Amino acid sequence: MLILTCPYCGVACDETELHPGGEAHLKRFGPDASDEDFEGYLFQRKNPRGVHFERWRHAYGCGKWFHAARHTVTLEVFGTYPAQVFEPPEKIRAAILAKLPDWETGA
Amino acid sequence: MSRKLSVVPLVGRSKVRKSTTERQGQASRHEMMWGPMGRYSVFAVAREAFRDHSGWTRAWGNPAPKKRYDAIIIGAGGHGLATAYYLGKNHGLRNVAILEKGWLGGGNTGRNTTIIRSNYLQDPSAAIYEKSRGLYEDLSQELNYNVMFSPRGVMMLAQTEHEIRGYKRTAYANALQGVTTEFISPERVKELCPIMEIRGPRYPVLGALWQPRGGTARHDAVAWGYARKCSEMGMDVIQQCAVTGIRSEGGKVVGVSTSKGDIDCDKLGVVVAGHSGHVADMAGFRLPVESVALQALVSEPIKPCMDVVVMANTVHGYMSQSDKGEMVIGGGADGFNNYTQRGSFHHIEETVRALVETFPMISRLKMLRQWGGIVDMTGDRSPILSKTPVEGVFINCGWGTGGFKAIPGSGWGFAELMVKGASPLTAEFGLERFKEGRFVDESVAAGVAH
Repeated sequence: MLILTCPYCGVACDETELHPGGEAHLKRFGPDASDEDFEGYLFQRKNPRGVHFERWRHAYGCGKWFHAARHTVTLEVFGTYPAQVFEPPEKIRAAILAKLPDWETGA
Repeated sequence: MSRKLSVVPLVGRSKVRKSTTERQGQASRHEMMWGPMGRYSVFAVAREAFRDHSGWTRAWGNPAPKKRYDAIIIGAGGHGLATAYYLGKNHGLRNVAILEKGWLGGGNTGRNTTIIRSNYLQDPSAAIYEKSRGLYEDLSQELNYNVMFSPRGVMMLAQTEHEIRGYKRTAYANALQGVTTEFISPERVKELCPIMEIRGPRYPVLGALWQPRGGTARHDAVAWGYARKCSEMGMDVIQQCAVTGIRSEGGKVVGVSTSKGDIDCDKLGVVVAGHSGHVADMAGFRLPVESVALQALVSEPIKPCMDVVVMANTVHGYMSQSDKGEMVIGGGADGFNNYTQRGSFHHIEETVRALVETFPMISRLKMLRQWGGIVDMTGDRSPILSKTPVEGVFINCGWGTGGFKAIPGSGWGFAELMVKGASPLTAEFGLERFKEGRFVDESVAAGVAH
């Protein structure tokens, strides 16, 4: 059972309270973008076997979107953080590097 | 077409089958009486019964990799082995290796719920799945290996008004595609599957899409049968050989690096299901694929009580009874990316809760085993059988939650694609369809349960 702590209301919620929202920090491309950029934004995903930054919504709680850093093989959670950022905060990166020294930043 | 014996590692390969002309004059009296040693038959069983079963040989070889192959397939699951088999059988390409990081058929081929059907809505899907279902019909004879194909019939329950409309539409589409299906009444559902409660209360059965020639097969045997035939054709099935890198020169593939050393090849087929993104990353391109765990469970074995496959997409559950008597139950996929091969508890609860309402008799069954497999989901829930940005590298992935049923058809089409550069079966399943917005949209018609 996956348990994530909502960074807004501080509740440790199990996955049935949450709605998964897929890969985080995607750069959005609109109507004037090239076909490649638009395809990349809509469909192509990192899908890593390792650290994954992703979006979640506290659906049966405060209802807000937030981000989580999670390992897709061990399901270890490195931390959660609010959604109003374009990249993972330093604190989360440090938490990942403390556990996985080989993890390449941004990988 | 067999290779010289001197280059064949003899470990686990006591006999390389030769063509009929080569064998003439060499066959032992024993072989003349009973046929080639490698062939399974009732006579072989009788013969072995008289000599303490000492004559059975390994079903496939265990060779060390050669320096170079015409084609390498990464992934010795059903799809990879089927691809290799049809490369040899349909296109005469036999200098082929199939590399597997774990053991043969140990991924989703050994983890699915073995359902075979072809009642898809879109024409390209119906074509490849129906080709596949047709090949399953005589696969046991073709492979000389009992894959236990059981065309017991598959029904997809309509439990809402919307599903009735959806399945009637699919039935009409199937009629045009030449796939035999029909929309049946609740009474007929009850007749075909008496243990079902069709009156609800919450999800009454309002009808079903019925495919009488759908069914199940023994999943392991499909992989084993193909592996045996590949080995017999002189191909190398190399297990515990993880690919660690893909080598290319000037945008063209030249080989792979593996845990057993570098191997060169002209063509590379990547057939690794849930790990496609990882392997594509090695080759230097990205895929429109996300990997999630899909799980299944089986009950304790009970007396025969259900001789059809029932799928209930509204409540996310599907069930059939195996030949051993276990009720085989499939459920929902995790909503988040993961490679755990485990699945979540709440999905089991969700699936079983729904099925207990439709099949009240299973409420007192004990569940024996539960497991997960990593499925590769695409945006339109249709597979990718395609060339890639790297010349000579082909990818077969994205079968999502429904790959087992497609094994023979996928191998057939993908082998043709690898040899000729195009195949009518795979034409609509190229990677470029995402950029072009030309989806084969099965996410509504079949995206939930397989």
